[in-house]
Amino acid sequence: MEHFFLHTMVGSIILIVLKVLAVLVPLLIGVAYLTWIERKVLAAIMLRKGPNVVGPFGLLQPFADAVKMIFKETIIPAKANRVLFFIAPILGFSLSMLAWAVIPANDGWAVANLNIGILYLLAISSVSIYATLLAGWGSNSKYALLGAMRAAAQMISYELAMGLVIASVLLLVGSANLNDIVLAQRHVWFFLPMFPMFIIFFISCLAETNRPPFDFAVGESELVAGFFAEYSSMAFGLFFLAEYGNMILMSAIISILFLGGWLPPLDYVPFTWIPGPFWLIIKILICLFCFIWVRSAFPRYRYDQLMRLGWKVFLPFTLAWVVLTAGFMMATGIGIYGGAA
Amino acid sequence: MGFIDRTARSFLLSELLTGLGITLRYFFKPKATINYPYEKSPLSPRFRGEHALRRYANGEERCIACKLCEATCPAEAITIESESRNDGSRRTTRYDIDMTKCIYCGLCQEACPVDAIVQGPNYEFATETREELMYNKQKLLSNGDQWESALALRLEQDAPYR
Repeated sequence: MEHFFLHTMVGSIILIVLKVLAVLVPLLIGVAYLTWIERKVLAAIMLRKGPNVVGPFGLLQPFADAVKMIFKETIIPAKANRVLFFIAPILGFSLSMLAWAVIPANDGWAVANLNIGILYLLAISSVSIYATLLAGWGSNSKYALLGAMRAAAQMISYELAMGLVIASVLLLVGSANLNDIVLAQRHVWFFLPMFPMFIIFFISCLAETNRPPFDFAVGESELVAGFFAEYSSMAFGLFFLAEYGNMILMSAIISILFLGGWLPPLDYVPFTWIPGPFWLIIKILICLFCFIWVRSAFPRYRYDQLMRLGWKVFLPFTLAWVVLTAGFMMATGIGIYGGAA
Repeated sequence: MGFIDRTARSFLLSELLTGLGITLRYFFKPKATINYPYEKSPLSPRFRGEHALRRYANGEERCIACKLCEATCPAEAITIESESRNDGSRRTTRYDIDMTKCIYCGLCQEACPVDAIVQGPNYEFATETREELMYNKQKLLSNGDQWESALALRLEQDAPYR
């Protein structure tokens, strides 16, 4: 059996497919239930009850929504570029799933344990803007185009700050492998020594996933629905899945970079009984709650305020922090948190 | 000093955290929602819902075709035609209300000298076609028969304030 899976062609392909399914199936169910969680949390904050009719506590609501979405008619605008119009949602969705290949759920539990995992994530999240751009361009609608342009500008502004935050983490760890990044947090999770970076990374993640208060690309009140204004049915559904998939992904990245990934909060008995993947899921859920919580509390930024925040506050601040971290490590002579130095 | 204070506040996100604190407090508050189709909020006896034509206890229609409701209706939603019946009393042959025109002001009810046309407590009379909202005399009388106990109670409860 072991020989079949590890040493034959067919076996190894089946093993890879099984690994991929083991990540994707829980992920898609997670995305479906994230919509439910979001509606419930927002409702609770607004003193409402949220979906509670379909199934117990409305738990079957995501499936009812999915069925509704699939049976709706796909409308293609007459002057849209059909190829781009259809590639965009597929691209967006598959990219948001693709990034999960390197996320380790436990020590060594990643579909692909890349030694440049973090770069892979950055690359994927940069490419995913093409989905938005293609959707905006292919729709041939002014709202969609404006939304896509905003999304692109926003992505550039925030990717820089994010990259610098990640660079400062990498300085501490001395490796770009996500597995090593988590293991380097055995003694202290990075959100303690790097607290300002943690906050900046969280805010950048909000901008990166187009979540309120940075949802300019969608901007219901000014751009109707922004870059997916012309989409309906499952094409819209794919954008929706991609957005929520990205939210979970960003929460996973925050958990891995700053909250110790699968590590329990204390290395003592009651905590170590719970297996690693559950700790990761708990941390992801906490991050997701914060995403939704922020959405309920703040109005949308003005566009120029977003740019100002990205370029004039986050960029210099993170740059200074990278220099500070590097200087500190030079002064003390070692990578302080168990890195390779 | 003001500048330092402002900068420190914005860097420590103090206002944002206050906002988050308020929303978190609301998260745990009891919910204001009523589970609508299963629970309903109480209605005033003066609530102006779907119209009904009432009858006397012996089954005789109350409406005497005085056409005051038709005259007072600001939306001109009511159409009445009448002729005298074999026993000499004046009765409507036609009593139509166009519910798509009606503005639910309650003036027909105020104008009626015999409490025949009333607006009842029912507000769940949405239909799938527009035609179903063109109420005729038969529909209004059957509404009256269906809701009579509620209608009588409402009139009784509201009487002291008139």
